[in-house]
Amino acid sequence: MAKFTLNVNGQSRTVDVAPDTPLLWVLRDHLDLVGTKYGCGIGQCGACTVHLNGAAVRSCQLPVSKLHDAKIVTIEGLSPDGSHPLQHAWCELDVPQCGYCQAGQIMNAAALLARTPQPTDDDIDTAMAGNICRCATYLRIRAGIHRAAELALAGKEAAK
Amino acid sequence: MKAPASPPLDRRGFLRLSALTGGGLLLGFYLAPVRHAFGADIIKADKLPAGGYFAPDAFIRIAPDGTVTIFAARPEIGQGIKTSLPMVVAEELCVPWSSVTVVTAPVDPIFGNQSAGGSTSTPGSYQQMRRAGATARAMLIQAAAQTWGVPASECYAENGTVFHRGSDKKLTYGELTAKAAALPVPNEDAVQLKDPKDFKLLGTRVGGVDNPKIVVGDPLFGIDQKVPNMLYAVYEKCPVAGGKVVSANLDEIKALPGVRQAFVIDGGRDYNGLMSGVAIVADSTWSAFSARRKLQVKWDAGPHAADSWDSFAAQAKELGPKKGEHSLRDDGDVQGALSKAAKTVEADYSYRFISHVDLEPQNCTAYVQGDRAEIWAPTQNPAKGQKLVADTLGLREENVTVHLTRSGGGFGRRLDNDPMVEAAAISQKAGVPVKLTWTREDDMRHDHYRPGGFHFLKGGVDEKGKVVAWQDHYVGFGYAEGKTYSGLSGDEFPARFLPNLRLDQSTLVCDVPMGPLRAPGSNVFAWVIQSFIDELAHAGGRDPVELRLELLGDRDMVPGSGPRGQPYNAARMKGVVKLVAEKSGWGTKKFPRGQGQGIAFHFSHRGYFAEVAEVTVDQDGTLHVNKAYVAADVGSQIVNLSGAESQVQGSVIDGLGAAWQQELDLQHGAIVQGNFNEYA
Repeated sequence: MAKFTLNVNGQSRTVDVAPDTPLLWVLRDHLDLVGTKYGCGIGQCGACTVHLNGAAVRSCQLPVSKLHDAKIVTIEGLSPDGSHPLQHAWCELDVPQCGYCQAGQIMNAAALLARTPQPTDDDIDTAMAGNICRCATYLRIRAGIHRAAELALAGKEAAK
Repeated sequence: MKAPASPPLDRRGFLRLSALTGGGLLLGFYLAPVRHAFGADIIKADKLPAGGYFAPDAFIRIAPDGTVTIFAARPEIGQGIKTSLPMVVAEELCVPWSSVTVVTAPVDPIFGNQSAGGSTSTPGSYQQMRRAGATARAMLIQAAAQTWGVPASECYAENGTVFHRGSDKKLTYGELTAKAAALPVPNEDAVQLKDPKDFKLLGTRVGGVDNPKIVVGDPLFGIDQKVPNMLYAVYEKCPVAGGKVVSANLDEIKALPGVRQAFVIDGGRDYNGLMSGVAIVADSTWSAFSARRKLQVKWDAGPHAADSWDSFAAQAKELGPKKGEHSLRDDGDVQGALSKAAKTVEADYSYRFISHVDLEPQNCTAYVQGDRAEIWAPTQNPAKGQKLVADTLGLREENVTVHLTRSGGGFGRRLDNDPMVEAAAISQKAGVPVKLTWTREDDMRHDHYRPGGFHFLKGGVDEKGKVVAWQDHYVGFGYAEGKTYSGLSGDEFPARFLPNLRLDQSTLVCDVPMGPLRAPGSNVFAWVIQSFIDELAHAGGRDPVELRLELLGDRDMVPGSGPRGQPYNAARMKGVVKLVAEKSGWGTKKFPRGQGQGIAFHFSHRGYFAEVAEVTVDQDGTLHVNKAYVAADVGSQIVNLSGAESQVQGSVIDGLGAAWQQELDLQHGAIVQGNFNEYA
């Protein structure tokens, strides 16, 4: 066991865990941030996607000892009050079925929108290909990302 | 940990909630000695507190401020039932959806059947939910009528308010709760249900009630549960189902970091119950997973350790051309018709075992203390799990409390409660609350699989391309004791629609755990039957849609065979076939070489479905599905249009995955694939 201090959702959090513990399990078991989901443990399903310094990463593949002072954002910290355009769009279009994969989908989509604010279908399909939804809500995920892009653009216009 | 805004409530939770909100009413009906879902005796008017809540039945609670709580009794596994059934209540109750809060019901017989399986939740609860809402509405109208001294027939309800037709009098439901609560509950037969043409909410698009929580990562699922002093458990079972632990390196495991306990659990051979294995209980999931990698177990794998898919396939191939073990149907003279046919076609179809792969791996949290157990489970059948835990651990059923959580996928897997009884057994032996988490590999290698199967088909068409004979020898999987999940009905289409038809079934005896997966049987038979119809259409030079309509014939209703046979509404099927042909532009579109359309239809679980797929086949044979059209007839009323559309889209895509990409291999009695890199 060893102590690690992490920057999670803008807060400094210290945990005492084995150095090889993946970020996924630090979040879920030690920090009570269970929005990030376990699906495969081998970086194949995307349910555990979080942001590491703004990039979408698979938290099941990140040992806590490698994180240092990287800025980690989870679904719980994506917005202070569920107001991210993706969160709005997901509710508006009723994207989830069971909902288990959706935190990972939203985190991956948020990273996509951050670098490509108006993505095409192809951009979306390429970026989202590693996120499995066993209910197969893929059509609505795509529509949800387009809708979020619209909402974000409208928000920017309004702020001008 | 953040508390979920609407946690599953048990009796204690209910009492707590009641106390917090100042209503004593729920206590009243919860402890009522008569335990059935409806009726005046559940809530005695004289037990209602003055100025309190109005709760005409177990499903509805209306607060003096007009807020409405509706209890969702069926497990939510992604099918949307937690939203759709409360919508039915709200429709009849005439309240705005925005005033409704949906809360997962406790597991209690007062709510009736609380399972989610067999596509029965909506048909099984629809009328019950309507009556629940309509009964409450009638009582609120009665309360208003009494207040005004007018006949109830002059009053009507809308938007959570009762209005008087002859004047501008109105009272909100909130203002009426005390008075309504004092009224006798009317006989449900005397309550007038709405005319469906007056529905305002049903048939509209309503988002899932948990969506706002899902998108912010609130702890809704089984795997998110955490109870005080909880430890984390894993459970290793024999790779060959039913195998038993001979020995394990427990001392070495117990010495590993974070490990608190490690022990062997005895178990039986029933894969729906507790099977033999090794439990590791640790201070975190990762400690438990890490220790698991050092675990060495000597197994007695049992009599099926040599089974393999290849040997089953070879046996099936040998059986195929022979007469089947059982004749399911033998109409007319198939042999004669085949010999006289202008053309005959023979085809062998086979499909593998596949896994449910719920994205939330199987898990359960349990705390067994003395003669009591408390369980938090993502299950499709909580009452069955409660009984299983009670029977296996030697507890009284009423001492086993099951809290129902949201499930991250179900697809039939969670109808079986093996993870629940494992968690309970581990907690009992460890003496602490535990969360048992299956790894993805556990989940894929200890699934209750959709059985594989083999079909040996022969068919004949006459000189006009009309189908004159059909024969299918189905070689499926079963157990030595005769139990199987893979039975073909003697009524399966095109049975009853052809004069010369034979269906035979033979069984390959295996010990692979099998279970229901998204419309058992139908999810494979539809592909086999519809593909073979297409082969016959091509042999006879017929248009695939036109041949299908000819096969469906001129009768509207075709009765089932025997006392348990299910009637087949050919008119409805022809309706969806024609509709999908029209919507997809069947026969009117020009496609470049390598592209085209295909059609299929199938009846299953009360639903008539037809689909057209537009596909491209590359020069190298690679198949692309470009678009799918679906026409569905599931009855006269769609409850939630958003949910219905989402289910259809999702199942088309999952169906493609199942038919095309998912397949498991069996070697040395064990399923080979364990994770997504090997599957799909």
